[in-house]
Amino acid sequence: MASAFELRRRNQLIIAAAVVAVMIALPLGIKDVYIQNILVLTVMYAALSQSWNILSGYCGQISLGHALYFGIGAYASTLLFVKFGIIPWFGMAAGGIFAAAIALIVGWPCFRLGGHYFTIATIVLAEIGLILFLNWSYAGEASGLQIPVSGDSWTTFTFLRSKLPYYYFALGLAAVVWLVTYFIEDSKWGYYWRAVRENTLAAQSLGVQVFRSKMAAAAVSAFFTAIGGSFYAQFVSYIDPDSVMVFQFSLLMALPAVIGGIGTLWGPAVGAAILIPLTELTRSYMGGGGKGFDLIFYGAVIMIIALARPEGLLSLVTRTRPAPP
Amino acid sequence: MLTAENISQILMSGLLMGLIYALIAAGLSLIFGLMDVVNFAHGEFLMTAMYATFGLVVVLSLDPLILSPIVAAIMFVVGAFCYRGIIVHAMRARTNVGMVQVFATFGLAIVIRGLAQFAFTPDYRSIPKSWLGGQTLSLFGVYMPAPQLAGALASLLAFGALWLLMKKTDFGRALEATREDAGAVGLVGIDRNRVFAMGWGLGAALVGLAGAILSIFYYIHPDVGGPFALIAYVTVALGGFGSVFGALAAGVIVGIVEAISATVLQPSMKAIGIYAVYLLVVFLRPRGLFGH
Repeated sequence: MASAFELRRRNQLIIAAAVVAVMIALPLGIKDVYIQNILVLTVMYAALSQSWNILSGYCGQISLGHALYFGIGAYASTLLFVKFGIIPWFGMAAGGIFAAAIALIVGWPCFRLGGHYFTIATIVLAEIGLILFLNWSYAGEASGLQIPVSGDSWTTFTFLRSKLPYYYFALGLAAVVWLVTYFIEDSKWGYYWRAVRENTLAAQSLGVQVFRSKMAAAAVSAFFTAIGGSFYAQFVSYIDPDSVMVFQFSLLMALPAVIGGIGTLWGPAVGAAILIPLTELTRSYMGGGGKGFDLIFYGAVIMIIALARPEGLLSLVTRTRPAPP
Repeated sequence: MLTAENISQILMSGLLMGLIYALIAAGLSLIFGLMDVVNFAHGEFLMTAMYATFGLVVVLSLDPLILSPIVAAIMFVVGAFCYRGIIVHAMRARTNVGMVQVFATFGLAIVIRGLAQFAFTPDYRSIPKSWLGGQTLSLFGVYMPAPQLAGALASLLAFGALWLLMKKTDFGRALEATREDAGAVGLVGIDRNRVFAMGWGLGAALVGLAGAILSIFYYIHPDVGGPFALIAYVTVALGGFGSVFGALAAGVIVGIVEAISATVLQPSMKAIGIYAVYLLVVFLRPRGLFGH
């Protein structure tokens, strides 16, 4: 017998399939590179923010240092490609695994910290990473690395003429992270994570392995964030520490989830779909001349949504919480 | 070569800068202790104060040092206004309160940056002439740049005044009581919102004082606040969230560690020393040096 809960979960899958189908068809009629660019960034941030959501939304460990894992992914695939000729697909996997390992190593001491002390530690670790990369001569220091683009190729994952291949990869990544979140939500880990988020002490007294739960969430979250980083490096074909590892990135990864609905299955995607086009459009239509109108508008939108809809915009359309308690 | 003179020079510049960091962090710490809010627009408050100083210098042709109390007063109004207009709404959130506060203040920070770009363009500005700019004092062969020395003294004075305010005045006692239990103070006739607004005003005034003095020897631009804010977060956490005088000690430690790592490592990596000390301290004492 299918319970209401199982029905709702099945409906989520159907909605997801429909959304993916629409997203596959969406760019087919669009030849404008500028719009394609916005689409790529939108699905990329949906994927990144969902990855962030796994650790910070579901498990409640607010990280504002995910730029570290993003940067590690970007540099791992790029260094392996530029220095050793290893194709980015292997570099991507290596970056993901390396970032997950780093997340476990720094998580070991950091997960003993609570609340703001943890969040500041994540910021500090990302800043240390930024400074190290800025001073690492092998990785090009502040001037960064250029990915050689010889022509359109899936082997080296570089495309000159169209942005569409990048779009479909990013869409695939967003779909995979969504599916992973979907399955975790109803698994042992999903319940552990939410228990840790809601009340760590109570969770512990009920036998939840709090520390291992946090470590697992951090590893999964860092892995997918790094994959996103490798993707971004291929997409822009030039990286430097200031473009892949700055604090701003950490905030940008968190923002869609917060705007859409933190700790929910659809929050990051909804947030990215609203925020990223808005960011890009205000930047190009209001950003001219460095007058700061784009910043004023963008900042005001973030502020108003945070104040008016603390549960996120998703709560406007859903009556019940999408995730079971 | 590390000689005794070199070492005392490093310690002195670290101490002076550290006291300025403490002054920047004081307001952040005060606000956090009062109401558990981390203000992500703190660096933008500093930037606003620097531009306010710059503007007043241009208009009134007075020295930044004379203008510093006026700038602090202006920032008091700005801080109280931000509380009344924005933060009071963020405090009402029932769900994910922490993130709402982070992003409400982060949004505010971006708006302030935009306004600064609009009013002053992204160009770098500096105050060309002031009494202290470029002056240096020497004490037993140890050099002290006059603006940094003034900043350090202003910081000590401000912490002294803050201590008197908290221990000797009714407002200070109201502040202390609200800090202990914001819910219960309403029962004894303290208007919680008024105390919070005053706290925000006071916090912004402290960072305003720091901004006025910083503008003597630092370039002014819309993004100037960021790095200082990051140091302030680390300082506040190192001292123990909410412990204002912990922030004083932590500021000095941060300044000295920075000066040492700039010499031992290299200037471009000096922040790593600060971050390493932060991590080391919180790993050993998860509530900072003076947190409860």
